[in-house]
Amino acid sequence: MDRDEVFGKVREVLVDALAVDDDEVTPEATLIGDLGAESIDILDISFKLEQAFDFKIAQGELFPEGVTQDPEFVQEGKLTDKGLATLKEKLPHFDFSKLEADRSVQRVASIFTVEALVNFCEQKLQTA
Amino acid sequence: MRWMWIDRVVELVPRERLVAIKHVSLAEEHLHDHFPAVGSRPAMPIMPACFIVEGMAQSAGILVGHAEGFREKVVLAKVSKAELHAEAVPGDTLRYTATIEQFSDAGASCRGVVERIDPREPAQAAEIGQIDLMFSHLDQNLGGMTFPEHNFVFSESFRTLLRTSGIEMPTTA
Repeated sequence: MDRDEVFGKVREVLVDALAVDDDEVTPEATLIGDLGAESIDILDISFKLEQAFDFKIAQGELFPEGVTQDPEFVQEGKLTDKGLATLKEKLPHFDFSKLEADRSVQRVASIFTVEALVNFCEQKLQTA
Repeated sequence: MRWMWIDRVVELVPRERLVAIKHVSLAEEHLHDHFPAVGSRPAMPIMPACFIVEGMAQSAGILVGHAEGFREKVVLAKVSKAELHAEAVPGDTLRYTATIEQFSDAGASCRGVVERIDPREPAQAAEIGQIDLMFSHLDQNLGGMTFPEHNFVFSESFRTLLRTSGIEMPTTA
């Protein structure tokens, strides 16, 4: 499956799960900011991706839980070195350049883009 | 009024499917307000669609709760789809068939089919809609919050419903 096909399937999943239009699902759109995803939608998206691609996604694999609540990872509203390193390790499919420039915890959602989701699926397909 | 929108569970295939029924009765208070007579227009008692969604949520919620022995606090998190093409009126029986599509530690997604049985043609159930739902296992999705240990979701009313439907509920739940 090439990247365009993966993107097409991811777009179908997002249109269905988030009730957005096809043309809103661009690679750079953020799930939470631009497409209006809420926390339960992440579980919905995980389920739908599993069905679309026939792989399993463990809890926290797509988007880790608890990192931003852990005082070891976040201090004074900013990700610590350890927090950033943990996110990078858990999320090899994400582009961290925006976060490295501004480590505000509110920025974490901004790296969760459609493109990151496509990367995630491609990596899962390669290791399946 | 008790917040119970199904009368009996008639079939349960664990972790797979649950079928429940609801008899729509003119004794239900809200049917006299939905809709009352106005001017020359007579009263039109119609089961509110939101209660049909609730009936499906209770059916599917029991199915999802049963899957883990009612240890998880199963809460309705998302109505993924709700389409109803016909009304239900007093005397009708609604049949809710909830099917688990996916299940994980964090929650479950369910597909739901709503059928209406007219007492004049009891052998013919007509599909009147589809309601797809997402459930969250509350304790697995805390987001920094804490909840009581007691499983407040599956209350005494649910236990009674399960017992009168012949379904055993684990004593530990």
